[in-house]
Amino acid sequence: MSTLDTRPLPGALRLGWSRTRYEVRGFFRERDAVIFIFAYPVIMLAIFATVFGQGGATVGDGIPFAQYFLPGMIATGVLLSSFQSMALDIAAERDRGGLKRLRGTPLPPTAFFLGKVGQVLATSLIQLVLLLAVARLLFDVALPDTSARWATLAWVFLLGTATGAICGVGFSSIPRSAKSASAVVTPVVLVLQFISGVFFSFYQLPSWMQEVAAVFPLKWMAQGMRSVFLPDGAASLEPAGSWEHGRISLVLIAWLVLGLVAGVRTFRWQRRGDR
Amino acid sequence: MTEEPAVRVRGLHKRYGDKHAVDGLDLEVARGEIVAVLGPNGAGKTTTVEILEGYRTRDAGEVSVLGQDPGTAGRGWRARIGVVLQSSSDLDEATVTELVHHWAGFYPDPRDPEQVIDAVGLREKASARAGALSGGQRRRLDVALGIVGRPELLFLDEPTTGFDPEARRAFWDLIAGLRHDGTSILLTTHYLDEAEQLADRAVVVSNGRVVAAGAPADLGGRNARQAMVRWVEDGERREIRTDTPTAVVAELGTRFTEIPGLQVLRPTLEDVYLALIDDDAAETRAKEAVR
Repeated sequence: MSTLDTRPLPGALRLGWSRTRYEVRGFFRERDAVIFIFAYPVIMLAIFATVFGQGGATVGDGIPFAQYFLPGMIATGVLLSSFQSMALDIAAERDRGGLKRLRGTPLPPTAFFLGKVGQVLATSLIQLVLLLAVARLLFDVALPDTSARWATLAWVFLLGTATGAICGVGFSSIPRSAKSASAVVTPVVLVLQFISGVFFSFYQLPSWMQEVAAVFPLKWMAQGMRSVFLPDGAASLEPAGSWEHGRISLVLIAWLVLGLVAGVRTFRWQRRGDR
Repeated sequence: MTEEPAVRVRGLHKRYGDKHAVDGLDLEVARGEIVAVLGPNGAGKTTTVEILEGYRTRDAGEVSVLGQDPGTAGRGWRARIGVVLQSSSDLDEATVTELVHHWAGFYPDPRDPEQVIDAVGLREKASARAGALSGGQRRRLDVALGIVGRPELLFLDEPTTGFDPEARRAFWDLIAGLRHDGTSILLTTHYLDEAEQLADRAVVVSNGRVVAAGAPADLGGRNARQAMVRWVEDGERREIRTDTPTAVVAELGTRFTEIPGLQVLRPTLEDVYLALIDDDAAETRAKEAVR
C-alpha cells in the first residue's frame, strides 16, 4: 500500500480539455441534434430573406432583408447551440444516469463544466462561420469591414454564448425528465425568438412586446449583432435610437450571474428523488 | 492504516418519509474480501450501497469507507473506489475504446485500458458504440469503467441482472480475476448462486436490517441446515427436522415395510434464504401489530 496517494490526481484543466474533445465528438455523432442546431438558423435565414426580400424589398434606410435578418439569425443560432443544447443535454444526461456515473469518478466538476463550455464554444463558432458563409455567398451580405465591428462581433458572440450556456445549465434542473425537457425548453426558445425581433423587424413590434423582450438576453444579443452588420444610420431604428453597447453587456452579464447562481444552487448529478 | 477494513458500517439509518429504508444496519468488508449483500427488492440494498458510494445522505450511523466518511470525502477518495451503478442508459455515442481510455484519464494510476477491454471480454466490440452493445456487453462496459481506475474497493450493484447463464459465468470469472488482484468488492445481488460462487461472506438484508451473515455455505446457522425427513402415516403428512436422518429412517423402517411418501431433504441456500426473509417478514408484522 506504499504507492498510495503518491501519484497526483490529473489536473482540472487537462481533464477539461479531454472532456471538451469527448463532448465535441459526441455532439457530432448525434446526427439529429447536429442537423437541427446547424441547419435551423441557416434555413430560417434563407426562408425569411427570400420571402421578405422579394423584388428587392428593403428595411428602413434601404437595408436588404438578408442583411437585416442575419444578425437575428446569428443571435438565434447562439441561443440554440448554447442555451437550448445545454439545457436539453444536461437534462438527458441526468435522466440517463450519465451525470451520476461521472459523479462516482474523481473527475472534478470544474473539468466537467469546462468540457461543456468547450463544446458549446466549438459548435457555436462553427455555426457562426456557416451563417456568415451562407449570407455572404448566397445572399451577398457584406461582412463587417472594420476591426471595431469584428471586435463587437467577438465580444457579443462570446458573452452571449457564455450566458446562454450557463443559463442552459441552470434551466436544465427545471424539466422533470429528459422526455419533458424539450417540451419545456423549446417553447421558451420559440417565444423568445418571436418577441426579440429575430423573425421580424424589431422596431415594428408593439412597444409592450419590445419591453418584455428587453428583460431577456436574446433581444440584446440580436441588437449587438445588428450593430455589427447594419450601417451606423440603422441605430436610429432601435428603441433607444442607439446600439447601447454598454447596456447589452450589462444585461448579458446580469443573466450570466443569475444563471450561475441558479445553476450552483439547483444543479443535481442525479435524478429527482434519488437522494 | 494497514488493516482497517475497506468498509465499516455501524447502526446505519435512512428514512424516506415514514419508511425506514435502512433501519440499523451493520456491515463490514475486510481488505481483499468479497461480500455479497442479498435481499429482496426494497430491502434497502441499493440505498445502503449508494450511501457508501457518497450518493445519498444518511440519517444516523457510523460509516467508514477506506477510512473516510463518504458524505465528505473528496476526489482522492473517489480515485480509490470503483462504482458500478444498478442501471444506466448513458454513453450511447462513444465507442468502447474511447470510453475506457477517456475514463482512465480521470485517475492517477489507472490500469492499461487495452488490458481492461480484454479482461471484460469486449475486444471484439472495442470499436462499437456503447449504444450498439447488448445488455450483457453494456454491463461489462460498466464494469470496465468501474475498474479502469485500479480501485481498492469496487461496488457492484446487481451486476448480472438480465444476463444469460453463459454471460454470468464469464462475468464471475472476471470477478474472480479481480479477487486475485486483491480488490475488495461489495456486491448486491438477487441471485443466491452468484453469492455462493463469488462471495467470501454473504449478508442477508430484509427491511433495512441484516437478518443473517456468514459464509454462503453456513448462512442461517446450523439449525437452518438440518435435514428434513417427511413421510405419510395414518393418511397424514409427517415431518421431522433432524441432525441424524439415517437414524430416523432406520427407526421408521422398523414400523413399515416400505415407508409411504418418504423424503429426506437438505435445504438449499435458497430454502435457507427464503426462510430467513419469511421469518423476518412475520416478525415485522407481529411488531407492527403490537405498535
